[in-house]
This record gives sequence, C-alpha cells and structure tokens, in this order.
Amino acid sequence: MSMIPQLKSRNLAFSAVVAAALLPLTGAMAQEKVTIATEGAYAPWNFVNSQGQLEGFEVELAAELCERAELDCEIVMQDWDGIIPSLVAKKYDAIMAGMNITPTRKETIDFTQPYAGGPHGFMVMEDSDLVGMPGGEYSLTTDEAGTEAAIEELKPLFEGKIIGVQGSTTNSNFAEKYFSDVAEIRLYKTTEQHDLDLAAGRIDVALAAHSAFKATIDGPSGEGMVVVGPEFSGGLLGMGVAVGLRQEDTELRDKLDAAITSAKEDGVIEELSMKWFGIDMTPAS
Amino acid sequence: MDFAYLAESFWRLLGGVPLTLQLAGTSVAVGFIVALTFALAMYGRVWPLNWVAEAFVFVFRGTPLLVQIFLIYYGLGQFRPELTDFGLWGFFRSPYYCALLALSLNTAAYSAEIIRGGLLSVPRGAIESARAYGMSGPTLYRRIIGPIALRQALPAYGNEIILMIKATSLASTITLLEITGVAHKLISETFRAIEVFLCAGALYLLINSILAFAVRRAERWIAPDLERTEVAATVH
Amino acid sequence: MEPKSFLELMQWGPDGWLDEMVFGTFLTLAVALVSFVFGLVFGAIAAWAKVSGGPFSNRLSVTYTTVFRGIPDLLVIYLFYFGAGLALAALASTFFGYDGFVALPGFLVATLAIGLVSGAYQTEVIRGAWSAVPKPEIEAARACGMSGWTLFRRITAPQILCYAVQGMGNIWQLVLKESALVAVIGLSVHFAEIRIGDIVLLGETRFSDLLRQAYVAAGSTRQPFPFYITCVLLYLAMTTLSTVVFKRAEFWATRGLRTA
Repeated sequence: MSMIPQLKSRNLAFSAVVAAALLPLTGAMAQEKVTIATEGAYAPWNFVNSQGQLEGFEVELAAELCERAELDCEIVMQDWDGIIPSLVAKKYDAIMAGMNITPTRKETIDFTQPYAGGPHGFMVMEDSDLVGMPGGEYSLTTDEAGTEAAIEELKPLFEGKIIGVQGSTTNSNFAEKYFSDVAEIRLYKTTEQHDLDLAAGRIDVALAAHSAFKATIDGPSGEGMVVVGPEFSGGLLGMGVAVGLRQEDTELRDKLDAAITSAKEDGVIEELSMKWFGIDMTPAS
Repeated sequence: MDFAYLAESFWRLLGGVPLTLQLAGTSVAVGFIVALTFALAMYGRVWPLNWVAEAFVFVFRGTPLLVQIFLIYYGLGQFRPELTDFGLWGFFRSPYYCALLALSLNTAAYSAEIIRGGLLSVPRGAIESARAYGMSGPTLYRRIIGPIALRQALPAYGNEIILMIKATSLASTITLLEITGVAHKLISETFRAIEVFLCAGALYLLINSILAFAVRRAERWIAPDLERTEVAATVH
Repeated sequence: MEPKSFLELMQWGPDGWLDEMVFGTFLTLAVALVSFVFGLVFGAIAAWAKVSGGPFSNRLSVTYTTVFRGIPDLLVIYLFYFGAGLALAALASTFFGYDGFVALPGFLVATLAIGLVSGAYQTEVIRGAWSAVPKPEIEAARACGMSGWTLFRRITAPQILCYAVQGMGNIWQLVLKESALVAVIGLSVHFAEIRIGDIVLLGETRFSDLLRQAYVAAGSTRQPFPFYITCVLLYLAMTTLSTVVFKRAEFWATRGLRTA
C-alpha cells in the first residue's frame, strides 16, 4: 500500500538516528577519567548554591582525593533514589553523597574506607512537645541492647506523631524498624524537603544526620528548629560515610583508599571537616 | 525475571490501590460539582462569573498538574501563619488534602469544558420547541438539555475519569503512598525496576480496563442508538 | 535571615534565579519538542501497523497504544530512569557481546519515555486523519498513473496533515505539560561559562527543566511560593503561545478544505 515506502524509509532513518546517537557514547573510557556523582541536596555535604554550582564538604574532598590519586574527575548531580542503579549502569564511576556503608548496599556496590561519620538524631521545632526528649549517645554496633532499650523508652513520646525521613536511607530503615508501630513515617525525596515540611508543621519530627541538621539550623530558614534527643550511630545507621563504587572497580577503589589514607594523615580531611561541619568527623581508623 | 519477586511486588503494590481509588473517586466527585458550577457560569450570562470561570479553566488547563500540586502543597505551605489564622492549616497541612484539592481543581477545569461542550451541542431547535411548550428553568434542564448534553459528554467524561486514575500517580511526589508511590519505594529499595514496573503497570491497566468497560456500558444504556466513535485525545 | 522579596529573588545573574528559570523554560521546550518528534515517529509506525500491517503487527500496535495510554506517564518515566541503563547494558551484552560503557544521556531517556506515551496518542490521530482522506481522491490519483512515493507525497500526506493538525495541537499541549514530569528525575544539562568579552552572560552552571529549577530554588531559598507562581506563569505563556501557533497552523493547513 502507499503508506509502506514512506514509512520504511522513515523507519530506516529513525534507526539510523538512534544508532548515531548511541554510537559516540559507547567509546571506552580512558582510565584516568572518573565521574563522581553527588546528590546536591544535602548540605553541608553537597548542595547547590544560588549560582547553581555544586558546593560542599564532599565536593571539595572529591577534588582533593582526585588530585592525590592522579585522576581526572568530573562531578555530576544525581537524585538520591537513582544513585545506586545509575552507578551500576555505568552512568558514572563513584558516589560521594553522604552515603553510609551498610551490608545491604554492599550486596550491590563496593565502598572505600570511610572518610567521615557522625551521629544521627531528631530535629523538631522549638515549640514541640518533643523538646524534652532525654539525650544520650548510643551505638547500635557496640551496644545494640542498650540502644534498643533507649529506643523503647522513647516510643511513648512518638505516639501518633509524624516522622519525616529521606527515603531509601539508613534513616528511613531505622525509623521504619523502630518507630513504625507508634508513629507515621513519611518518606521524602531529599532532606531539604522534610526540613521544609518540618518548618511548615506538616511533620512533627525529622530524623537525619546531625551534620545535615546543623546546616539547616544555620541556614536561611532554620529559625526555631532545634536538635533534640539522643545521638544514634552504628548498626542499621551505617558504618561511616565512604565512596561508593562498582564491585568490579577494585583498582579505582584501591587508588581512592590510598588517597583517603594520605588525606587523613595530612590532616586535610580534618581541616575540611572543621570548615564544613564545625567538628572533626574523621573516623578513627 | 524472578516470578517469586513479581508475586511479592504485586502483593505490596495492592496496598496502594485503596488510596489510588480514593483519590481518584473523591476528586472526580468534587471536581464534577465544581465543573458543573463553572460550566453553568460559562454558559450563562452573568459576566463577572463568566470571566472568573474562564480564567480558572484557562489556568488549570494551561499548566501541568504537577506544577499545580507543588504550588498548593509547597507553595501554600509557605503561608502557614496566615492559613492558621483562617483555621485552614489543618487542611493544607495534609498531603492527602492538598493532592485532593489539586486533582479536583484540575479535573474540574477539564470537565467544565466537557460539560460546556455537551451543553452547547444541544440543538437550538429542541430548546425552542421545549420553550414553546411552556417548559422553562429546571424542567427544561431536566427533560431536554440535561439528557442530550449527557449523551454527548459521556464518552469524553469517561475518558476524563480514566485520566484521573492516571493522574493520582502524581500524588506520589508529595509523599503519598498510592500505587506509584509504593512502586517508587520498591524500586529504589531493591533496584528491580522492570519487575515492579510490570506489576504496577498491570494494576493500572486492570483498573482502567474495568472503568472503560463500565463507561461503555453506561454509554450504551444512555444512548443505545448512538454509534460509539473514538474519543479525541484531550489530556492533561 | 530576612526572606527576600519577589523582585530580589527574580534577578538576572548570580544573585537571582530569573536566568535559571528562563533557561529552564528553554530546556522544557527542548524536551517537549524532541519528545513530540519521537512520538510522531512511534505514532506513524504504530498507525501504519494498525492500518495495513499483518495481524501480528496490528496486535502489537494495539497493545502499544492500550498500554501506554492506560498507565500513568510517571510510571513510564520511572521505568526508563531506573531501568533503561540496566536494560540497555543487558541488551548490549546479549546481542552485541559488548560489556562496556553503555550510556544514555538523561535527555534521551526522558524524551524517549515521553515520546512513547505521546506516540500512543498520536497513533490514533494519524490513523483518524488517514481514514479521513477521501478515497475517491486516491483512486483518481492512481487513475492518473501516480503510485507509491509520488502518490504519498502529493495526495495522501498533505491530506493527512490537514486532518491531523487539530489533534496534533492537542497532543503538543499534552507533551508540553508532560515535560514537567522530568522534574521528578532531576534531568539536568551542564553548561560551561558563556561570555561576551568581559560580560558573563551565564556563569558555569547546570540547569534543569522549569519545574525542577523552581523546586531547587524553592529548596535553596526556602521560599517556594514565588517560584511556583513564576512556573505557572511561564507555562501559561508557553501553552498560550502554542495555542496561537496551532490555530494559525490549522487555518493554513485546512485552507481550501471542505469542512464536514
């Protein structure tokens, strides 16, 4: 029929266009060039400033590590919920996005040694009735029973409350494991989002890393927000923040590990940590 | 393709169905009432009302639903003190009500056009003869304008209902866990996009097929003599 | 910190977000255009399959249009966003024995996803337009000795264009509004500095589509309302402009056409 000749060639043209579009992208990578993904919505680790540029602890650390490992690095932005699948799909080569080492993640990707760590906890508005929460420092790694006992004591305070966490994080796993029987857990795309909703009064409490909360409180709309309650770390909350890599990239991992070690020894990580967090977040190694 | 996982994801996705249906059903119902009001305002002759209705329809049809959702949920959240003063904060605090509001207003705009199209399709002659018989006001609407407009509008409105089921998936962007919300959560936890997508897609197709079937039945019941023609795409 | 006023927020340059919003608008338009073109291709293929394909391609085409009109577009975008890389890598290694770096730029992923959905709707428009072409004209053309490509080029294609314009206008509006969904997957484009002499037109920046830009700005300044209102206004501008353009196109395409 008359439609056939046109569409055949249109078909052909289409396939040619697609092939041409894909072909240049399938070139093999030169070893020295490394693309690092970060979230860009997790101050002070990584965020976007008003000029639209990426800034933060990890952005500077990445430049530092790449220099030490003699790699040519480019930093790209990637939403948190797709950050691991895109690494596996080779969209980039490494993740530096405040990502904690967890056993579940280790099933899919590999990590370097941790370059930072820090406790997780709760943030509420000043006028919240949760302000009186008892404090303390608990580690699920070293004292699981004690930590869980402390959590049990906290539970009545959370009855009927709404807890906001970033989805697919150690925080959301923690909240869902320990608090979903008493409170409503709301999953957000970014920490910025649950901070906004906390200020708006849509949630009663947010759960995230203390370092992230500090940036919010110091920032433009952290007015009236306060970190309360105990500091949690370890176990379900991860074993430190490290660079995420594909499991087969052992060479890259070794290079970055060496770079991290040397940066630790030179005190550079501590310096960056003081600059961005106000405290030293370097893990004892 | 892991079939055990397929079954498991299907089961978990089913948990999102009630919220999907609730959102769609309520917004269609509320939207219909609002649409009816606006359609009558646009059809009528009170100029200020006419203008407000036209403006409303213009804005809500001319912008994406996602923008409307974000504007209502995030944008209005900025005015919490003012809203609390008016006692409205309880409403805007909840993502469910915000989504409902956005969906209802959105469907109201499209439905208003559909209803107006139906009203305009009523032949002048029919109205004139009815008036000659002394019919006016509610009787005129109930006996002549209503049925004819309904027959004309039903296919397009049925399409609109199906579009609303699909539109509820956008509620997942403001933390609501309807089908797409659950699917997104599953995908980002286990990275098995294809299995989860197949299940979620199948669920939506199932719901929409049942709806399409019901609408066709309704069409046949309302107007057994009219031939069914392919509805042109007016989508969100 | 004092919240900034609307005018302060919407400045051109490093202190304000207006330039990001405007460039976001351009990216949105680009996404919509490319998706629309993809949709035209998919739609044309599927329409041909429905009209003159064998039973197999016919059924495939029907499945395509039913599925992509029956599931939410957001789901399709999630599939492509999360699954495309994996699926393509699997395809590449199975069929081509290629184990390396198979990248799909985010732009292509997003436009393919939206293109597939719009293609499903465009199938019906093209098919409707095709069946609206008066058969006697084709017969007459054949009687004159026209066939194949000439017949298509001179008779069929122009007619399809006439009848399809209005439907395509609707679908263009659909695609334009759909492109807002890419905000959910954070599509972004990275630009080096653009300068003329000493004047920096645009600093080194990455920008995303309009809604995403509003979202990022809202998160960064903690003042969502002004940005989402601006978003609404810019989208209204785009859709209104499109309506005007398509009305013109309709008028031009249907000139001399006998209306039903």
